[in-house]
Amino acid sequence: MAGAPGPFTPVDLAVQCGRPLLLRQPFSADCFDQVILGCVNVLAEEMNPARIAALRLGMGAAMPAHTVQINCGSGMLAIDGGCQAIRGGEADLVLAGGSESLSHAPLYFNKQATAWFAALNGAKTLPQRIKVLSRVRPGFFAPVIGLLKGLTDPVVDLNMGQTAEVLAHLFDISRPAADEYAAQSHRRLAQAQENGWLKEELTPAFATSGECYDADNGVRPDTTAARLEGLKPVFEKPWGVVTAGNSSQVTDGASWVVLASETAVERHGLEPMARIVDSQWSALDPSIMGLGPVLSATELLKRGDYGLGDIDLWEINEAFAAQVLACLRAWQSDEFCRTVLGLDSAMGAIAAERLNIDGGAISLGHPVAASGNRIVLHLANSLKRLGLKRGIASQCVGGGQGGAMLLEAV
Amino acid sequence: MKTSKTVDILAVLDSKRLELGPVASSDDHPNKHWTLTRDDAAIAWLVFDKQGSSANSLDEAVLEELDTILAGLETDRPRALVVRSAKASGFCVGADVGMFRGETDSAAVAQRLQRAHAIVDRLSQLPVATLAVIHGPCLGGGLELALACDQRIAIAGATFGFPEVLLGLHPGLGGTFRATALINPVEAMTLMLTGKTVPAAKANRLGLVDAVTEERHVLNAVADMAAGKLPAARPPWFSPIFNLSPVRAMAARRMEQEAAKKADRRHYPAPFALIELWRELGGKGNKQGSDHKAMQTAEIQSFARLVTSPTGQNLIRVFFLREQLKKLASDGHAVAATDPDIRHVHVVGAGTMGGDIAAWCAFSGLKVTLADREPKMIAAAIARAATLCKRKHLSGTEQRAVLDRLIPDLAGDGARHADILIEAVPEKADIKAAVYRELEAKMKPSAILATNTSSIPLEDLRTELTNPSRFLGLHFFNPVAQMQLVELVSHDGLDDSCRTRALSFIDTISRLPAPVNSSPGFLVNRVLTPYLLEAMLLLDEGVNAETIDQAAIDFGMPMGPVELADQVGLDICIAVADMLADQLDGKMPAVPQWIRKKVEAGETGRKSGQGLYSWSNGSADKKNDPGVDEDNSLTDRLILPLLNTCVSCLREQVVDASAGQQQDVLDGAVIFATGFAPFRGGPLHYARQRGIDDVVNALQTLAAEQGDRFSPDPGWRTLQ
Repeated sequence: MAGAPGPFTPVDLAVQCGRPLLLRQPFSADCFDQVILGCVNVLAEEMNPARIAALRLGMGAAMPAHTVQINCGSGMLAIDGGCQAIRGGEADLVLAGGSESLSHAPLYFNKQATAWFAALNGAKTLPQRIKVLSRVRPGFFAPVIGLLKGLTDPVVDLNMGQTAEVLAHLFDISRPAADEYAAQSHRRLAQAQENGWLKEELTPAFATSGECYDADNGVRPDTTAARLEGLKPVFEKPWGVVTAGNSSQVTDGASWVVLASETAVERHGLEPMARIVDSQWSALDPSIMGLGPVLSATELLKRGDYGLGDIDLWEINEAFAAQVLACLRAWQSDEFCRTVLGLDSAMGAIAAERLNIDGGAISLGHPVAASGNRIVLHLANSLKRLGLKRGIASQCVGGGQGGAMLLEAV
Repeated sequence: MKTSKTVDILAVLDSKRLELGPVASSDDHPNKHWTLTRDDAAIAWLVFDKQGSSANSLDEAVLEELDTILAGLETDRPRALVVRSAKASGFCVGADVGMFRGETDSAAVAQRLQRAHAIVDRLSQLPVATLAVIHGPCLGGGLELALACDQRIAIAGATFGFPEVLLGLHPGLGGTFRATALINPVEAMTLMLTGKTVPAAKANRLGLVDAVTEERHVLNAVADMAAGKLPAARPPWFSPIFNLSPVRAMAARRMEQEAAKKADRRHYPAPFALIELWRELGGKGNKQGSDHKAMQTAEIQSFARLVTSPTGQNLIRVFFLREQLKKLASDGHAVAATDPDIRHVHVVGAGTMGGDIAAWCAFSGLKVTLADREPKMIAAAIARAATLCKRKHLSGTEQRAVLDRLIPDLAGDGARHADILIEAVPEKADIKAAVYRELEAKMKPSAILATNTSSIPLEDLRTELTNPSRFLGLHFFNPVAQMQLVELVSHDGLDDSCRTRALSFIDTISRLPAPVNSSPGFLVNRVLTPYLLEAMLLLDEGVNAETIDQAAIDFGMPMGPVELADQVGLDICIAVADMLADQLDGKMPAVPQWIRKKVEAGETGRKSGQGLYSWSNGSADKKNDPGVDEDNSLTDRLILPLLNTCVSCLREQVVDASAGQQQDVLDGAVIFATGFAPFRGGPLHYARQRGIDDVVNALQTLAAEQGDRFSPDPGWRTLQ
C-alpha cells in the first residue's frame, strides 16, 4: 500500500499477513519453535514487534520471538537466522518475516527542542523556569521526519537516492535506460497481477473502518518510458538521473515464510516450496551501497561453482532502477570482476527475462523490512510456477551492505 | 526444538489468591456462612463464604449469622474490621431473589425487611473502623452491605451496581438513602434507575469506593485504613444543594422524563416510586426535617409494595426463567467438560447474521474464522465488530484482541481447525448443501456442524451429509449482540454429546438456549408469524399502522408488529410466512397481495427506506395519531394468535422434552427472543393469569367473527 498514513502499524501488518498463513498450516500455531521478524521503523509502542506479533497471532505465551534489523535486508535476515537455528538443531519450525509501516514512521523533535525541554525540566524555581521558557524559538517545533532520517546515511551523509546517483554516474546509466527499466517493472507487475501469479502470496488486509486493502496500489500498468521522461529528479536537482518514477515506492507491507526442518516436514506432512541452499552477507562503502547484491550473490556463485547462466531466476530488489542496472553492468565489466570480485574476467550478462520477471519494488513498493522476505517468497513461487531449478534473491542494504540467498526447487 | 508440552506458568503460580487474613482454624468458625479471625495487628477479618454456593448472596440465614457475629464484635472490639468475600466469583451478587418468590403479603415482607435493616444498621453503627474489600461483582444487596461499612476499596476488575430496577424493584436494604448520602445523589439515582453496573475506576470517581488497587496491595491498604490513613472519597462540593427540595424536585422531574422514555409507568412502577421516594425524603436534614430514618421506613414500604405486586412477581419469574435457561446451558458445560473444548468457531457467510455471530463469538473470547468469498462482506463485518467493541466500552487493547481473534478467512482454511462450524449462508437448500460438502471434507471428526437456518427443516438439510449425527441448528436472532436467545435445534439422528457440547458453547458465548425440535419455523418464528400476519390483516382492514403498533406497545411489547415487520424485512416475513403456510396444514392467514407487490417493488422495510412505514435515519415515520384501543379488541386480535400458537407448539412438543419444564422454557424463549412483555411473565403465564377459560372464550368469539385461524388449539384443554 502506498500513500497517506495507513491504518496499520508494523505489528498490525504482521498479524494481518500471518493469520491466513497460520490457518493454512496443518499444525497449530504453538508448534513453532521461534519467531523472527525484520522491522526497521519500530514504533515506540511496539518494541520487539516480533514478540508482540507472535502473541497477537495466538502462538502462545511460550513462544520465543526476536526482531532483526539490517535495513532493507531485514526480512531476508530473519529467514537466514531461522535457517541457521534449524541447521544448528535448535529449531524445527520457524516463522520468519518482515514488516514495515513507513506511513507510521515517527516525527521527532529536533535537537535544540530536546535540549530546551530538558532545561525546562531541570528548572526548579519560577524565575529559572521563566528564563528557560523565554528561550523558546519557533524553529524548535519543526519536526524531523524519521523516515527521511532513516533513508540518509549518517556516515557519508548521502540519502539513498544520492547513492543511486553515484552508481548511475560510475556505471554510466542514462536517464532513458533507468526510465525504460522502471516502465518494464510496471508492465511486468501488471501482467503478473492479471495472470494471478501473485495470488498465492497476497492476502487482503482488513481495517477496523470496514475497508479492505486487497491489492497493491502502486502499479501503473500504463507507465511508459516516455511518460516517465517528464518527471523531475528528486534527489539531485536539476541534472540527476533518479526520479520518483524510477525509484522504489515508499509503502507499508509485511511478509512471512514458514521454515521447516526435514523432521518437521515429515512430522506434519508439509509440502516444501523450495530448499534454502546458501546465503551470504557482504559490505562495501556506504555511498555505493547499491552494489551490495553483486558482492553477496557472487560469493554464492563462487561457493556453488556456478556462472550467472546457471541461475534460472533472479530477484534483485529494485531499490532504484539505476542501482539494479549498475549491478548488471558491474558483472559485465572485466575490470570490476577482476579487481573487485577476484575473477578472471567478466561474469557476463543476466538475461532480462530471468531478472525480476514479475516486477519489483519500483512498481510494487518497498516496505523496507518486508522486501527481502517477499523476494525470497516470490522467487520460490516463480521457480515452482515455471518449473525451474535454481534462483537467487538479493537486495542492496542501506549503510553499504548486500545480502543474497540461493534457493533450489524441490 | 520443543521437548515438552508448554505449561501455563501464570496459572501454576496462581496469582489470583485472595488475601483473607489469618487462616481460620476449625474452632474459629462455628458459623456456616461467615468466618471471623483476628490478625497480629488486632484487625478482625470477617469473610463471607456462603455455604453450598459458588457465589455469595444475602438471605435471612446469612444476615442472622452476621448479626450474631456483630454482637460479639461490639463487646470484644478489634482495632478495625475488614469485610470481604472468600468466593473467587466476587463479593456478593445481591439478595437471594428467591426469598420473595410467590410473596403477596406486603406487610409480611416489610416486617422481614425491618429485621434485615436492623442488622445492616448494626454493621454501620459498629464502633470500630470498618472496611469492605471488594473483588468481582458487588451488586444490589451486596453493595448495600458494603455501603454500611465506613470505607470501601475495590480490587481492579470489581463491578458495582443496583440491578433491582431490572426486576421491577428498587434497592431495599438501605441503598436508597446510603448511596444518595455518600455520593452525588444524581449519580446515585442514575445507578439505581438504570440498573447499569460500573467498573471499579468509575466507582472510585463517583466516590462509591475510596481506592482501587490490586490484590497484592490489600494488606498494606488494610493497615493504612486501620491507622486512619486511607483517605475517604468525598461527595462533590455541590451535593448539599440537593438538600433543597426545589432543586430535588427539578432534578426528579428530569429523571421522570428520562425514565418514562425507557419504561411505561403503568407496567413498570419501580423507577417512578424510587424517584418519588427521593424527591420527598432525599434531603438529609432539610426543612421538612426528614432524615435517614424516614427514608429508610419509606424504602421498606415501597419495596414491599413493589415486590408483592404482579409486575414484581412476574419479573422475578422472568429472572428465574433466565436462570433456568442458563442452567440448561451450564449443565451442558458440566457434562461436556470431558469432551474437547470449543475454542475455535468457523462461520461461513459474512452477511448480517454470520458476520454478527462471528463478532459476538470473538467478543466472547473465542477464536473465530469468518469465511466468505467476498472480501467486502468480511470487511463490513469487521467494521461492525469494531463498533460492537466500542459500544461495549472495551479499551483499545481489548478491542484489538477481539479483532485479532476475528480472522478473515477467504480461503475457508479455518474449517480444518474449528471445533464448531456455523453455516449462515442464504436460505437456499442447494447453496447450503454445497457449503456442507466443502465443510465435511475439511472438518475435524470431533467438530460440530451447525446451521443458522430459520426456515429449512434439518431433516431436509441433513440428507446431503455424510455424518448427520454431528449436525444441528443454532438459530440466532437479529441483532445477535442484543438478542439473548439461541434456538438449539435437534433432529432424531443427532448425537447426544454434540447436543451437550452445543449447549456448552451457548453458555460460553453468554447466550440462553431454547432446545427445540426441528419443526417448521422452530419456536420463535412460528409463534411470532401469526402475530405479524394479523397486523397485516388489520392494515388490510384499514386500521392505521400507528394504532396497531400502539395497541401492542400498550400491552407491553417493546415494539409494535408493523414496525417489527419492517425491521425484520417484509421479504423475510413473507418468506417465513409462506414456508410456514406450506409446511403446516393450517390456519395461517394468507399474506395480503398488496404487501407482496410492495416487496416486488423493492419496498422491503427499514433496509430499503420504505415498507409499511417510511423510514429515515433508522426510525419509522409515524404520522397518524394512534388513538386508544378502548376495549382491548385490537390487543386480543394481535396477542391471541401468538398465544394460540404457543399452545400448538407445546402440544406438538416443539420444545425439546429433554429440556424439562417445557412451559417455562417456552415462556422464557418467547420473552428473550421477542421481548414479549416481560412484566407479564411470558405468554403461557399471561394466559394463566388472565384465565385459560377467558382466553379460550375470546378465541372462540374471534373465530366466529374472523374465521378459523382463531379457533382454540386443542392443547388449551391440558392447560385448564
